Amino acid sequence: MLRVENLYKSFDGFMAVNGANLIVGQGQLVAVIGPNGAGKTTLFNLVTGQLRPDRGKVILNGEDIGTLPPHEVCRRGIARSFQIANIFHRLSVFKNVQVSVLSRQKKSNRFFARAHRMAVQETDRILESVGLLDRVDDIAGSLSHGDQRILEIAIALGTEPQLLILDEPTAGMSPEETTGTMALIRKLADTQGLTILFCEHDMDVVFNTAQSIMVMYYGKTIIQGKPEEIRRNTMVQEAYLGGEDDA
Amino acid sequence: MRKKGSNTGTLLLLAALAIVLLLLPSVLPRFYTYILSLIFVTALLAMSLNMVVGHGGLFQFHHCVFYGVGAYAFALMITKAGLPMWLSFIAAPFASALAGLMIGWLCVRLTKLYFGMLQISLGSLIWAIAFRWYSLTHGDDGIHGIPMPDLISSTSAAYYFIFLFFVLCLLVMYLIFKSPFGMALQAMRDNPDRCAAVGINVRRHQLTAIVIATFFAGVAGVLFAVLERTVFPDLLFWVLSLEVLIMCLLGGWFTFAGPAIGAGITVALRTFVGIYTEYWTLVLGVLLIFLIFFLPEGVMGFIDQRVGSLGRKKVPGSQGV
Repeated sequence: MLRVENLYKSFDGFMAVNGANLIVGQGQLVAVIGPNGAGKTTLFNLVTGQLRPDRGKVILNGEDIGTLPPHEVCRRGIARSFQIANIFHRLSVFKNVQVSVLSRQKKSNRFFARAHRMAVQETDRILESVGLLDRVDDIAGSLSHGDQRILEIAIALGTEPQLLILDEPTAGMSPEETTGTMALIRKLADTQGLTILFCEHDMDVVFNTAQSIMVMYYGKTIIQGKPEEIRRNTMVQEAYLGGEDDA
Repeated sequence: MRKKGSNTGTLLLLAALAIVLLLLPSVLPRFYTYILSLIFVTALLAMSLNMVVGHGGLFQFHHCVFYGVGAYAFALMITKAGLPMWLSFIAAPFASALAGLMIGWLCVRLTKLYFGMLQISLGSLIWAIAFRWYSLTHGDDGIHGIPMPDLISSTSAAYYFIFLFFVLCLLVMYLIFKSPFGMALQAMRDNPDRCAAVGINVRRHQLTAIVIATFFAGVAGVLFAVLERTVFPDLLFWVLSLEVLIMCLLGGWFTFAGPAIGAGITVALRTFVGIYTEYWTLVLGVLLIFLIFFLPEGVMGFIDQRVGSLGRKKVPGSQGV
């Protein structure tokens, strides 16, 4: 479904992404891991159009989307969450998701329709699936950090993506919130057939959830494989997993 | 859970207000009728600015350029081109929108303060044209004695005329505010990156908002010319733009009607404090300081919160009237 081939991106001479390769198959749950600064977020930004790659290809269903701007990438079926909760702070929880649903329905440019009656059922359904239905009228900025992260996933779902990209979905969450969020992500993958690509620091979370793991180190893809393969791989152990044990 | 706003009360209040405003010219002295007309014109200008600043989050620092362009276009069409007044009345706001399109097209490429700086520069360029091009605009003298049809030449007739178009524009702007377009615009203010990531073309959306807002600023400019029968370069000067920004702040950025209240307060201050001292902005300044400390959401934002806490849950500014 998504294939990243030999992707490069530098900032002022610093190679943030230095030869990344990634394959995400239909319906898979794929994780990207790597130490801080390995280029995971940059990779996601390249895929979703926030950044343009210097070299390499991002291929979605056979089309190179590497140079498209974010809104075009979104219209081709990729939605994402950001590392820092990226929501519409002053709007209600309901409107946060509604904006996204209306955008997908291509109704964002209507001037004389009453927005508050539009896409209500669909928005409610999404909020119900993530468990925020009882907070619809709350202002998004007043939610707890954990709930804001969940809301962000809900916003992403509003665009009815084929592929959902989550940048550290559990960052800053308590252990209970982490468990809940990962359960939600698995549920979304199971019940809605979503393909999910995420990156995460918590190794337990990654090895319990992902069907395929890609390891990045200094902007480069070391390996991508099943969790067991990753665990066994000596290079990964040296570069990353083992490094922590030694320390 | 989902709340049900009681709209009947608000509607009744608005209807009562409209009736009072319709009756006022028959009881008020002419001067006050004139001041009220001026408040409507200024309120329309402030609300058009707020569409991009308060709802769109764009730093449109030099908005009154489009007010001036509308007024000048109207005046020039009548005095230089000899077009009929009614035709000029319809055409002039489009001149503002065109100016808005050209300046906006350049500005939306930048964000935040950079947007604002470029907008001030390009706006000042248009001011310089109005100020310097003597053969066309009569420079700092301006254009005086624009002829008006008898129908709207008296103060109270002009009042009703302005009031009518003020209300019409407000209705249209309110519909836009509550439309999916308006909602996406407010979402963009909170978070443009997120908007792009849900598939909205942020730049194009912002440019559309600028064109609409500058159109309404143009309407306000034309109404000003109808009222004063005069246009002059100060209409496009950045000082007025700043004043209009303050009106939005005063009334409440995140509300719909707030800037109109801000405009009312500012015009009233200028008129009545201005009688005693030319330094009326001093009073405005002190008022602003108090406002920032005690009513950071503006007058309307404060009213919204109060009304909201009575019956319903806390109503956010962005959903206010």
